[in-house]
Amino acid sequence: MKPPPFSYHRPASLDEAFALLGSLENAKVLAGGQSLMPMMNYRYVMPDHVVDLNHCPGLSGVGVEDQTLIIGAMTRQCDLAANDLVARHAPLLVDALHWVGHVQTRNRGTIGGSLSHLDPAAELPAVIAAYDATVTVGNETALRDVSIHEWAAGYMMPAIDENEIAISINIPLSVELDGHAHSFFEIARRHGDFAQAGAGVVLQTVDDRVTDLRIALAGVDIAPVRLRQAEEFAIGKSLTEDVIDEIALFAKAVPGIADVHADESYRQRLAVVVVRRALTQAAGPGP
Amino acid sequence: MSETWTIKCLINEKPVEREVSVRLTLADFLRHEVGLTGTHLGCEHGVCGACTVLLDGRSARSCLTLAVQVDGMNVTTVEGLGDKTRLSPLQQAFMDEHGLQCGFCTPGMLTTLTELLANNPDPSESEVRLAISGNICRCTGYENIVKATMTAVRYIRDGMPESSEVVD
Amino acid sequence: MPSSWIGMKVKRVEDPALLTGEGQYIDDISRPGMLHAVAVRSPYAHARILGIDKSAALELPGVVAVVTHDDLPEQMKGQSIPMMVPHPVITADKRPQILCRDEVCFVGDLVAMVLAEDRYVAEDAVALVDVDYEELDCASWVKDAAEAGAPSAHADLATNIAANIDLEYGEIDHAFATASHVITEEIFQHRGSAHSMETRGCISEYDDATGQTRIWVTSQSPHQFKGAFADMMDLVDQDVHVIVPPDVGGGFGPKAVMWPEQFVIPACALIAGRPVKWIEDRREHFMCAYQERDQHWSGELALDAQGKILGLRARLIHDTGAYVPWGVVVPWITCTTVPGPYVIPAYEMRCEVVFTNKVPVTPVRGAGRPQAATFMERMLDIGADRVGIGRDEIRRRNFVQPEQMPYEVGLVFRDGKPVVYDSGDYPQCQAMVLEQANFAEFGQRQRQARSEGRYIGIGTASYIEATGLGPFEGVSVHVQRNGKVIVHTGAAPQGQGHQTMLAQVVADSLGCSFKDITVKVSDTTTIQRGVGTFASRITPNAAPSAHLASNTVREKILKIAAHLLETSVEDLEVEDSRVSVKGVPEHGKTFRDIATFAGAMPGFAVPAGLDAVLEDTVYFAPERATYANGAHCVEVEVDAETGHVSIIKYSTAHDCGTIINPLSVNAQVMGGVAHGIGNALFEWMRYDDHAQPVTMNFGEYLLPTAPEVPNVDQSHMQSPTPLNPLGAKGAGEGGTIPAIAAIVSAIESALEPFGVCIRTVPVTPDALLDLIDAGRQNAGRPDV
Repeated sequence: MKPPPFSYHRPASLDEAFALLGSLENAKVLAGGQSLMPMMNYRYVMPDHVVDLNHCPGLSGVGVEDQTLIIGAMTRQCDLAANDLVARHAPLLVDALHWVGHVQTRNRGTIGGSLSHLDPAAELPAVIAAYDATVTVGNETALRDVSIHEWAAGYMMPAIDENEIAISINIPLSVELDGHAHSFFEIARRHGDFAQAGAGVVLQTVDDRVTDLRIALAGVDIAPVRLRQAEEFAIGKSLTEDVIDEIALFAKAVPGIADVHADESYRQRLAVVVVRRALTQAAGPGP
Repeated sequence: MSETWTIKCLINEKPVEREVSVRLTLADFLRHEVGLTGTHLGCEHGVCGACTVLLDGRSARSCLTLAVQVDGMNVTTVEGLGDKTRLSPLQQAFMDEHGLQCGFCTPGMLTTLTELLANNPDPSESEVRLAISGNICRCTGYENIVKATMTAVRYIRDGMPESSEVVD
Repeated sequence: MPSSWIGMKVKRVEDPALLTGEGQYIDDISRPGMLHAVAVRSPYAHARILGIDKSAALELPGVVAVVTHDDLPEQMKGQSIPMMVPHPVITADKRPQILCRDEVCFVGDLVAMVLAEDRYVAEDAVALVDVDYEELDCASWVKDAAEAGAPSAHADLATNIAANIDLEYGEIDHAFATASHVITEEIFQHRGSAHSMETRGCISEYDDATGQTRIWVTSQSPHQFKGAFADMMDLVDQDVHVIVPPDVGGGFGPKAVMWPEQFVIPACALIAGRPVKWIEDRREHFMCAYQERDQHWSGELALDAQGKILGLRARLIHDTGAYVPWGVVVPWITCTTVPGPYVIPAYEMRCEVVFTNKVPVTPVRGAGRPQAATFMERMLDIGADRVGIGRDEIRRRNFVQPEQMPYEVGLVFRDGKPVVYDSGDYPQCQAMVLEQANFAEFGQRQRQARSEGRYIGIGTASYIEATGLGPFEGVSVHVQRNGKVIVHTGAAPQGQGHQTMLAQVVADSLGCSFKDITVKVSDTTTIQRGVGTFASRITPNAAPSAHLASNTVREKILKIAAHLLETSVEDLEVEDSRVSVKGVPEHGKTFRDIATFAGAMPGFAVPAGLDAVLEDTVYFAPERATYANGAHCVEVEVDAETGHVSIIKYSTAHDCGTIINPLSVNAQVMGGVAHGIGNALFEWMRYDDHAQPVTMNFGEYLLPTAPEVPNVDQSHMQSPTPLNPLGAKGAGEGGTIPAIAAIVSAIESALEPFGVCIRTVPVTPDALLDLIDAGRQNAGRPDV
């Protein structure tokens, strides 16, 4: 189980990286390597070129600009989990990271890598969907922002061209969301496994009434799903047990996917459970 | 084999400069080119954790890392944690608590737990279990590994006991 | 220094090297000029080989050879691996071919070996070997394969039946005619793969100068392999040197049995004229390392009104995969282990051993016993519910009592000897574990939990295990000229701590200092014969050998010391590698003095009656297997909304006779329990209808990890066996055997409000949720 032969490229700047991806055929971008490398070891993926972004400046780190939390695509998961800005503005990301892989994979894995690999059961894309973020991608000629809601073009297929690189994840900040409640809950076969169903909840209430609710599911459908109807339904309501039950039931409508561990219907049932539990936790008497 | 690249890194505090094939994994580089065979390959798809090493103090799967990627880094393998005549507190605790059987997963456990104890000198049992959730052991049932880690916390804090052949 | 090393928690002598990266495993070994072999394996479950074109692979720079069947030495052509455990019930003796010639019978069957200068290049070349296959119909699901007219797993076989095992004793019809309750059940069990963390591997070189073939192999049984290889190649024993690397990263069964690769690699070395290394990768381990797999059970249990067993009737369809490389050992053990610790007056077992186009089935830790225990314990659980008594109580009413020992069951075990339980107190073991688990107050805990909306349950299971199977395991003990002790054995360890255990025995019996002992394992040039590490057999076989050999050497030492100290043997005592006159400790001789004297000067005579060489080798051969036993009790919580099970508390009581090292025995139980948890809840090697494996990585095939495995609260009884001089029994597999049964029982107990009955293991969350649903509907209480 050794990687197939390839040529290795180590761009020292973003422009150099763009140029490489613009000119090379069958190239793969190497970020944290936690998804690409196993696939290469199994020879499921056999690129002719590997473009290593680990030495490309300007792709990692977290900052706030123009009411936006900007997370460099090469920011490693472990660094996100420890970042104060993330904890303040996008705390659901920290919640979710608790469920992502293991310490060794979080130490290397990047947020951009999770987004680009787009495993249906990955937690981070769902969180990013909950925050209505955009992803800045670019190539030699231009940068563009893609809404996270248009990010999935298909099963494990992000809406990004072969010559493009994910640059950053941009989470819009709003006063209305300041100090929001949040919770991520998932069911996996074992700790650290990909979710069989996971739910991220971002919740804002004023006087005990819901003013903003975002519910994103991971692991149920082929890509992250927002429960828009449930979110709208919740507005103005007080989150009693019954209301939470009603909200959770909306998850039943999400088509489930099947894999070796469980069929569609099991995932649909779990979806309801994880939404209810995440929401109960978020609505609860505090952390 | 295929194209090569010259890398410079520190391995267990010693500077190393080598020309490596670009597709060579860090695990194979350490094992077969540097001769540090303590790092083991159990699955080669990043799940079992036997190949865990520390890169700049952080645990990483060496089967999912290319050798060329550690250019400029500080690599620590199990051989860098202690030697037979001077075991680290964690290694000594593994011996005292019978925290290993076949020993194949042990280097990955030790490197992972070395990182944990550096970041969290007083972990709870469940924190230890979470820390090694990415390291599979087929022999021990984990109990003695967890126990050994708790004992290592004590050794680090209070010093190591006199060595003896028998556990009290 | 302790007065006796046996029974002490001695830290392992193996550990310092393993803790510092200085262990030496197969892949750590390199030979000058060594080539790397990577296998070409069948991608089809069943196909005919029409041709093999190696040309593209051979053109790749770095590729040295592609070895196919036609390239093999004459002695290996058309050969399969040898049958080590033949049995008259085997009617179709199909074994893995050294290299497949015409037909492949499972995905992973070995077709060719690519030899290259570099492992990476060898892997590149595998894709370039063009094998022309004609796909054939295949047998995937064992129950279907057992039917007449099913597609055949082998082109030349009319049916897939490899063997029928029919066992019976007692008046079975009478038992059922007089029963108050008859429990009829069907149970499906899947048991997973071994997955030692180190995969298998083999290195071989041919020594032109000596004509010797040297083979390093991750084998649990090096001497057996040496003999088999020598026989196949028509060589004498001295021509073959088999070495197990000093460290082997776990075994759990598949490394005990012979596989084609360990024959092919020496052939490759011969063909290439260079050393050749093959290291199995994890993908291959999924694809072709022997496994245990599916068993379909249907059974009837006859009980009287009080829940006493009158008779048991069962039919078993056992999936043996594509071949029977280890005969019918697994199903035979299953069939003879069903009665377990219980008195079963009448028994009838009908087992069909059935070929499918899947990986061959050979023992995995527990070797068919966990399935037997799961079946029996399920029947008892269901029986108890039917009779209306406690699940603990039905067991108490049926245990073989200590005063019945030795207890003859009425069956013949796989060692050809009658199944006779030699010692043990089964009721007491159960009592111990129930006490530890606070079983008596579980009802209270459960009521409390239910009031909080939590579903907790408790389960218990008891078991026996035939351990210490023969024929023998040898140990040689030698006091060297410097007084240090070297011990050799063929008992190849894979992490069990044989070196420490044998050193403890030798230290006690010889009277030497513990630190003076070096134990060397598993090199076929250091001891003539050996059998292997499987069937929990090393402590009951090799420890007595070490004890007896040490006694003899000690006698030799004493005689020489008596001569030197001018006294009689009776007046001497031995301690810490020194012999002294009783009561006059300063008047003595060290082992070094004695060994030096015994070695004598060239040309001088040894005094009459004394031995010149302080050495002895003993091959202790037990009369038959000795039976360990135990009981487990487990408390679980089930998330009734998701079907997820977590283990709250796990207790064991265990009796393996005399315990030599409590650290090791405890650790064996813990590890065994973890393996059992995997079998009960996680591990499932899945195939599709075309017998294609679909769980080919550790994200799909789930091994238990630290958060899923609880601490194990253990207690031990010690009922020494009369079958060996130390009273020791085996401890390697007991932890696994009852775990599935106890966990399944606990899950049912937790879900008692839903009336859940579990008939399929492993218990996966989705399947459990379906059972809960069905229970809700049956109860007409969707709100339960």
